[in-house]
Amino acid sequence: MREPVFILGVGMTPVAEHWGLSLRELALQAMRAAMADAGGVQPQALYVANALAPILSGQTHLGALLADFAGLDGIEASTVEAAGASGGVAIRQAWLALEAGAVETVMVVGVEKVTDRVGTGLDAALSAWSDADYEAVHGLTTASQAALVMRRYLHEHGAPSDALAGFSLTAHRNAVGNANAMFRKAITLEDYARAGMVSDPVNLYDAAPLADGAAAILLGRSSVARVPGRPEVHLLGTASATAQLAVHDQPDPLNLPAAALSAERALQAAGIGRDAIDLFELHDSYSVYAALALEAAGFAARGQGWQMARNGTIALEGKLPLLTFGGSKARGEAGGATGVYQVVEVALQLQERAGASQVKEARIGMAQCLGAGGATAATTILRQAEGPP
Amino acid sequence: MNAPGVDRRLLKPAREVGIAGYGAYIPRFRLPAKEVARVWKGGEGGLPVKEKAVPGIDEDVITMSIEAARNALARGQVDPSMIRAVWVGSESHPYAVKPTSTVVAEAIGATPHTQAADWEFACKAGTEAVQAAIGFVGSGMADYALSIGMDTAQGRPGDALEYTAGAGGAAILLGPGEESLAIFEGSYSFATDTPDFWRRADEKYPEHGERFTGEPAYFKHIQEAGSALMEMLGRGPQDFRYAVFHQPNTKFPQRAAKSLGFKPEQIETGLLAPVIGNTYAGSALVGLTAILDEAAPGDRILLVSYGSGAGSDAFCLVATERLPQQRGLAPSTRDYIARRTEIDYATYARYRGKLTLS
Repeated sequence: MREPVFILGVGMTPVAEHWGLSLRELALQAMRAAMADAGGVQPQALYVANALAPILSGQTHLGALLADFAGLDGIEASTVEAAGASGGVAIRQAWLALEAGAVETVMVVGVEKVTDRVGTGLDAALSAWSDADYEAVHGLTTASQAALVMRRYLHEHGAPSDALAGFSLTAHRNAVGNANAMFRKAITLEDYARAGMVSDPVNLYDAAPLADGAAAILLGRSSVARVPGRPEVHLLGTASATAQLAVHDQPDPLNLPAAALSAERALQAAGIGRDAIDLFELHDSYSVYAALALEAAGFAARGQGWQMARNGTIALEGKLPLLTFGGSKARGEAGGATGVYQVVEVALQLQERAGASQVKEARIGMAQCLGAGGATAATTILRQAEGPP
Repeated sequence: MNAPGVDRRLLKPAREVGIAGYGAYIPRFRLPAKEVARVWKGGEGGLPVKEKAVPGIDEDVITMSIEAARNALARGQVDPSMIRAVWVGSESHPYAVKPTSTVVAEAIGATPHTQAADWEFACKAGTEAVQAAIGFVGSGMADYALSIGMDTAQGRPGDALEYTAGAGGAAILLGPGEESLAIFEGSYSFATDTPDFWRRADEKYPEHGERFTGEPAYFKHIQEAGSALMEMLGRGPQDFRYAVFHQPNTKFPQRAAKSLGFKPEQIETGLLAPVIGNTYAGSALVGLTAILDEAAPGDRILLVSYGSGAGSDAFCLVATERLPQQRGLAPSTRDYIARRTEIDYATYARYRGKLTLS
């Protein structure tokens, strides 16, 4: 039996327009919070999940920058980049390092600072996540890419124009009680129907707001002392996978093979079936990807993912709660940091520290983040350790 | 005594200073915001104002400043040769090098024994000139000084600014307190290096930081300057009959007012952006003239300007018995707003020199 990897501590900043905080200050806040949450444990290695700093902040070499800024002198540190999947892939790397027995403790910090740039500069930076030679060069943006996929989804499956509204409604409702969320206001189906178009048929409520944020998680092997008095949570399985980067190279844009592969591999590593999953933090950067992720992971049949958003299945008290802290739509999308936010949120659920977002009797949770419309997907499965804390 | 680094002191001269005369000027042409939306957005999208004032083809900051200055002199009944400074704050000085202020001073008869200079601080250049004039008169170096905030604002075609970038402004004649229509109780400025909006040399149109122009720029500086001034004067929002803030659109001043504790009825008189747009350096001052047109003796007024880059000047004024006696000596601000000729986008493009292929 493999030695389990434990969650030692978590920390995060609100996802917001942090006009007064720089990239390193945001990261430091989350890292300090995670170390404090872990009872002062310091990591032996640091993985930084970030996708936009080289373009938006003119800053690479975040490993050295943040290790130094956090006073973690001399530790091993580097950046993991996989567009919007950076966070999940960084957690995968941390898990591999722990599994290899190379280190006892690892910190993963996801950080994005996007509000130092505005307008087309920001769109251009995000377009670098797609195929630069064949997509970005033609002006494809993340929104227009999602619009192509959403249009196809509604058409192929004969779904109504508001088929995906339920994901946005659920996200906004769940964010009301989350102090770290960007939009803490519930919305109605009428609000959704009235929303302006971002890139037809993607409307304002189908598109997650990109903002600044940092989330950190400290992981350790069983030899490292955990803070007593809270349920222990293991990292049960991690996996990441890739697919064709350009949408036009994908045999079926309504299938997310990387998401399917990473979910399948993570479930296999965890040694559980998907029915054991009590909650799923998926990546709703655009609402259509929420439906596609449900289908890819096998929670819904092809073309049926949107139905789950209409029948209460994904609510906090439903069969498979999603976006429990608001997801990217309402907590806020933090680019390469999103995957770390998701795992922090699942950890809080399983530690029974989720406050107003708490899912009752949550024992096993899954998080999955997607890079650039699913060309990379990283899945993490966490489990509350059996027995009393 | 304040600690080093936090020397927050009230600006109040030894000698009492007030507004001896004031005058507004708003050109007659109006471009409805929905006309901009028609051309650029297929008629869709929200409108930040109803319409904006557009200068005629033969108008610029010099001619408009002269109009406003003449109105200020008419109300003040002051011999222009007594004016010791003519200062014009604007983002639209017709010349890069050659002062607007000397032409204005010459036209109103204030030359040659006078200071004259142009001021630049985005949308607060006019109030900066008012503050300098308070120091000039308050120190006894002058009995009268004329400060003007006037603009023919620029907004790139199709940009969010094009809906609002308007034309107009006001001239404020500063004089001794005993001759004033309103007296300054004090003022205060707050400035930081905040690059929210700028226009580089030789560029026709400004650039801006979109949402960055809001919270960390406009709201922060207005809030800091306004609340600090009220605190130092021992006043609260309830002590003011009127308040006027820099008004880049309709919503910003409404939100700023609310966050400082003011009610909608306190700002409604001076809120002109919905019908004339954002007159940049003229914006807060022309709002003040609309308030002076109706304020009663004893009414207290808060004015807080905002200039990108960024800073705010806050002023507290109290109207005197002279105000109702002298304000009828020149056209009111509402008279200028009522003098209205609607134009379409094509006419606007011609008047503003936006046709560049010829």
